[in-house]
Amino acid sequence: MRRTPAGIVVAKTVLHIVALLPAAWLGWQVWTVARTGSDVLGADPVAEIEHRLGLWALRLLMATLAITPLRQLTGHAVLVRFRRMLGLYAFFYACVHFSAYLVLDLRGYWTQIFEEIAKRPYITVGFAAWLLLLPLAITSTTGWIRRLGRNWARLHKLVYAAGVLAVLHFWWLVKSDIREPALYAAILAMLLAWRVWKRYGAVRPASRTAGSR
Amino acid sequence: MNLLESLRIPAREITDEAVYRDRRRLLAAFAASPALALSGCSDASPPPPPSKVSITPEQARSGFRTNEELTRYEDVTSYNNFYEFGTGKADPSHAPKTLRTKPWQVAVGGECAKPGVVSLETLLKGFTPEERIYRLRCVEGWSMVIPWLGVPLASVLKRFEPTSKAKYVAFVTLGDPAQMPGIRYRALDWPYREGLRIDEAMHPLAFLATGLYGKPLPQQNGAPLRLLVPWKYGFKGIKSIVRIEFVEKMPETAWHAAQPDEYGFFSNVNPNVDHPRWSQRSERRIAGSASKLFAERIPTRMFNGYAEQVASLYSGMDLRKWF
Repeated sequence: MRRTPAGIVVAKTVLHIVALLPAAWLGWQVWTVARTGSDVLGADPVAEIEHRLGLWALRLLMATLAITPLRQLTGHAVLVRFRRMLGLYAFFYACVHFSAYLVLDLRGYWTQIFEEIAKRPYITVGFAAWLLLLPLAITSTTGWIRRLGRNWARLHKLVYAAGVLAVLHFWWLVKSDIREPALYAAILAMLLAWRVWKRYGAVRPASRTAGSR
Repeated sequence: MNLLESLRIPAREITDEAVYRDRRRLLAAFAASPALALSGCSDASPPPPPSKVSITPEQARSGFRTNEELTRYEDVTSYNNFYEFGTGKADPSHAPKTLRTKPWQVAVGGECAKPGVVSLETLLKGFTPEERIYRLRCVEGWSMVIPWLGVPLASVLKRFEPTSKAKYVAFVTLGDPAQMPGIRYRALDWPYREGLRIDEAMHPLAFLATGLYGKPLPQQNGAPLRLLVPWKYGFKGIKSIVRIEFVEKMPETAWHAAQPDEYGFFSNVNPNVDHPRWSQRSERRIAGSASKLFAERIPTRMFNGYAEQVASLYSGMDLRKWF
């Protein structure tokens, strides 16, 4: 087995801490509210918990999608080694977000979840985004990457759809102020446009070589 | 007529504009979800209010004060939808206190015998403030129980002697960007507008609040004068009122103008009619000091629990159509 360079170990450790910080901070606040009835999470803590978890899932998903463009822009191939981790953290926040909705929000009405998924477009797309991330998380291990071969990359293209659905989920739930979801939509659009441009727009010497082969 | 001339005929002479508009409306209704299709109805005029509504004073009084657990003052004053001060729930309470509530004038006009621009003091002169403890159900699915201070809307309106042409009452919020920083962003078509049918406005539960918890209304709660219609969704309770007008036709309202398929004129609390995007069957009650983290949702009641007092206003009306 190859030894991971110390630099990467340090960087990964830092990234773990950064990615877990929002969860730890929220966890601490939830604990404080449960114990002392403090107002740190506002008048409606359940809504605040759901919103914040969802926001971090979306942010980490965007960060995951930013790795490839960043790598291509900077030429630092090493960046790709952090992609899986970011993707898994996005999935982690999405899972906790979904659980909070079920356990803290719907509570006794949890059987309503099926109806909500079927009837409420913003929940339909949110659930679909989570569902798309599920096989990606499962097949993120080295073993699965090897087993799936070329199909692994194909399967993991689903992350683009998950990104679009996640942004839609946010967009459709706001009442009239679309500024925040619009910001994420713009970021996502740039990340996806970069890929389209790289693939079809840019004339690269590499593609010419590939064609002459 | 040659071809060139026929081209000069304006399109409106070929297709009548009314027909054209109707076609667009129909197309929109068909293209969208079933909920959207309902909105096509909002162009028609609603059925007239029942000619005779009888509410005994006892019936009315039983709705004045609920004995449910109150929402804490801190929560009432820190969790607000008042987009003129920002669209986040905490924005209005964090906003600088830029609203000048003294002096405050209210212009009352339209179909009435005694229109006029009056100061808030004149408007309320001679009334003893009453306390009402009302449930407030937000269209977003949360609710509060708040002790308000104020006067019945009917007593104030009667001073201006509305005529028989006054079928509706329209309300307008201040729309001054210098005093309301949130107006810079066009979240809604400012100024905020609301309206009631005249019989709703004259109902003993309709209330004009000037305070809460025995204190003057804070800026974020709609100082210095706001409306409360406890059987309707919270956004009907227009804040910082500067104009009241008696009108003959159903007035346009801010949220209806923004999303006609989602927010109707009546907006009565109704657990059986969902908001197109979310269920209205239950609500999260923000009340008391016990941990809200593990509080069970409560079922939403017809007319927010005020059916005994107000259901007769809508007898014979299709509440699914006139949501």
